[in-house]
Amino acid sequence: MKKKSINLLSISLFILMCLSCFLQPAFAGKKDDTLNIAFSKELETLDRYFNTAREGIVIARHAYDNLLYRDPVTYEYKGLLAKSFKWNTDTEMEIVLREGVKFHNGQELTADDVAYTLNFAANPDNKVKTQRYSDWIDKVEKTGTYSVKIMLKKPFPAALEFLSGANPIYPKEYYSSVGPDGFGVKPIGTGPYKVVEVIPGQKVVLEKNENYFKDSPKGQPNIGKIVWRTLPEVNTQMAELMTGSLDWIWLVPPDQAVKLAEIPTLTVTPAETMRIGYIVFDAANRSGTEHGMDNPYVNLKVRQAINHAINRDSIAKNLVGGQSRSVYSACFPSQFGCEQDVKQYEYNPEKAKKLLAEAGYPNGFETTLYGYRNRDFAEAMIGDLAAVGIKANLMIMKYSALREKARAGKTQMQFLTWGSYSINDVSAIVSHFFEFEADDFSRDPMVRDLLVEADTSIDTAKRKKLYSQALKLIADQAYWCPMFTYVSNNCYSKDLDFTPYPDAVPRFFQSKWK
Amino acid sequence: MLIYTLKRLGLAIIVMITVSMISFMLLRVSGDPAISLAGEGASSAEIEFVREQYGFDRPLIIQYFEWAGRAIQGDLGNSAYVKQSVAQMLRERMGVTMTLGICSLTFAMLLAIPLGMLAAIRPNTWIDRLALSISVMGQAMPSFWFGLILIIFFGVYLRWLPISGSDTWKHFVMPTIALGYYATPAIMRLVRSGMLEVLASDHIRTARAKGLRWPKILFKHTLRNAIIPVVAVAAVQLGFMLGGSIVIEAIFALNGLGNLAWVSISRSDLPVVQAIVLFLSIIYIFLTFMADIFNAFLDPRIRSS
Repeated sequence: MKKKSINLLSISLFILMCLSCFLQPAFAGKKDDTLNIAFSKELETLDRYFNTAREGIVIARHAYDNLLYRDPVTYEYKGLLAKSFKWNTDTEMEIVLREGVKFHNGQELTADDVAYTLNFAANPDNKVKTQRYSDWIDKVEKTGTYSVKIMLKKPFPAALEFLSGANPIYPKEYYSSVGPDGFGVKPIGTGPYKVVEVIPGQKVVLEKNENYFKDSPKGQPNIGKIVWRTLPEVNTQMAELMTGSLDWIWLVPPDQAVKLAEIPTLTVTPAETMRIGYIVFDAANRSGTEHGMDNPYVNLKVRQAINHAINRDSIAKNLVGGQSRSVYSACFPSQFGCEQDVKQYEYNPEKAKKLLAEAGYPNGFETTLYGYRNRDFAEAMIGDLAAVGIKANLMIMKYSALREKARAGKTQMQFLTWGSYSINDVSAIVSHFFEFEADDFSRDPMVRDLLVEADTSIDTAKRKKLYSQALKLIADQAYWCPMFTYVSNNCYSKDLDFTPYPDAVPRFFQSKWK
Repeated sequence: MLIYTLKRLGLAIIVMITVSMISFMLLRVSGDPAISLAGEGASSAEIEFVREQYGFDRPLIIQYFEWAGRAIQGDLGNSAYVKQSVAQMLRERMGVTMTLGICSLTFAMLLAIPLGMLAAIRPNTWIDRLALSISVMGQAMPSFWFGLILIIFFGVYLRWLPISGSDTWKHFVMPTIALGYYATPAIMRLVRSGMLEVLASDHIRTARAKGLRWPKILFKHTLRNAIIPVVAVAAVQLGFMLGGSIVIEAIFALNGLGNLAWVSISRSDLPVVQAIVLFLSIIYIFLTFMADIFNAFLDPRIRSS
């Protein structure tokens, strides 16, 4: 009797869950022109110079403007607050500002604001958290009411990228009077949306900037109000989306996204992002012995064998899903300088076994694969490795703990991911990992020299050639096993016109109701 | 009685110090806080800078005593993540967690006491079994899962209740049920056994022989005697609930201490996590202490042992 009633209960619950898919949203945001969105992470501050989270980039693009703008489709640089920009020399850039651009408090943007903000960010005494975005700036000088000169410490080709992707411009008077702490909860910018309410840990309310300057390449904001909530649980986000209390969420796990896609009132777009997943080996042999044997990864053939052993296509297609694809070069394909014509290690377990035997491991060996996210992906890799005789134990750690261990040279094989901070230039990935910094596990002086030269060269063709050489070398030496691109599942109301881009920065100022 | 109270108090203080020490040490060995504070992709220099700024480079024991010394004076420091003092953050969020804790406890009592009484009146019948199954289900189901089931049923399908947030009383209904249900079995079983014991006692037999009406016997003479130990258990359960609200608050996006603990752990905001652990353990220790004293007051056998 009891058993039967429990069965009945579970069956009716299941039916209810199915039924719930066909319900219409109760109060969709379209009616009151309010876009309700949710993110899992709370922002520590809305001051872009003092937060490092992706959510910080997203809100900065809405509330503030940068000097430049990178077209998300063509990757071409255009002026945003700048009317025009040009290089005077390798280390000096001249910028003429648009006239008549107003901050949300009505004050007009002038060269004083630009010089103040960038000098503030570049000055190490101010301890901004995003040092790397601005530490290339030597100083910024006002040359007229609407013109500035940016002086660089040394030639820095990624300057345009950082001026368009980071370094928003703040109002000098207001910022210097309230300071970063005050600004963090009551920010003022020139962007397409004004921040009207901040409740820490709960929500941020943005309102359309009616006076947004007409020629902005960002276009004019459309939706009247954006309510940005912090909801830590993705299941709760999904429930809110199903009832229509939310209009947009992202980073939904693939299996859940498939279910949401079946609901007629929702659209699911599994859009590729710049994040790639890869395995890195301790080729520089900082770890020495592990599992009672010498580090096998100093041997090129072992690294190549693993590159052949991993079934990239299967992980990309079956686990990551959506637009995910396999990658063979140590960068995201759209990035400037990301050479695709590198040695490709196709999936071939037989070849992997042969290489292992040649390397002196005919029966494979025991090892540890470290990781910090996507346990299911890592388990698939473990399976692929087992098929060629490598018995890998999986160790999932917190990101900070793993990084500490890795930097101390105590990991031989790690499954890591890198999002390049959405910067469409290979320097944001290879230069970080192959220039003998703490995260360089291969320490190849040839690769380093090529990269350093490319990083400081202004000549585009030369940079491209040098990065290509470096990436070819990395692939030949199999320092990494690049695997697949990540996908962000954007799930949103059918009423919403929304376009995701590979830099994984949602642009709600371009969205509108259908 | 005084000696017993002092002994208990001493023990409570030792437990408090031990808890604060262990949590302090554990939090620091769980990963370099400087690395996670600096964020993904931070360079070594940036991490070093954070380490120095927050004083993570000094010996652990010195860090602990500095922190404890300030905590005694009520200064819990500043959050390493948000630009706010920890004391202020706790004050802001305490209300939600306390409301949730008290509501859940009330819900648990309202469910458990009648169930326990019913079970005791008709022991070993289907009523008893049903009451037992209802309460055991509460303990067997993980509260996060039960919370999600409530969301699907009342939030998504019936749309009676809002799913997340803490703006109105309606927002508290589902979290209260999810959290309170979990505490039901302990209380219910105590009521049942207490009632059974009292019902079998001589004074009840006398009352029945005198021809007193059944409801009067049940409520006035039986429940009043059986409920005493329940009050003590309920106090301890409240402590459990304040701690257990971490998962529930995260699911329902209630902006309370539990949620704060959850996000602070993931972003390695040590001052906040420490303060919450300390705060919740003090409440728990206080409630247990009060329950001990209360029990000893009622039952002389406890204080003499």
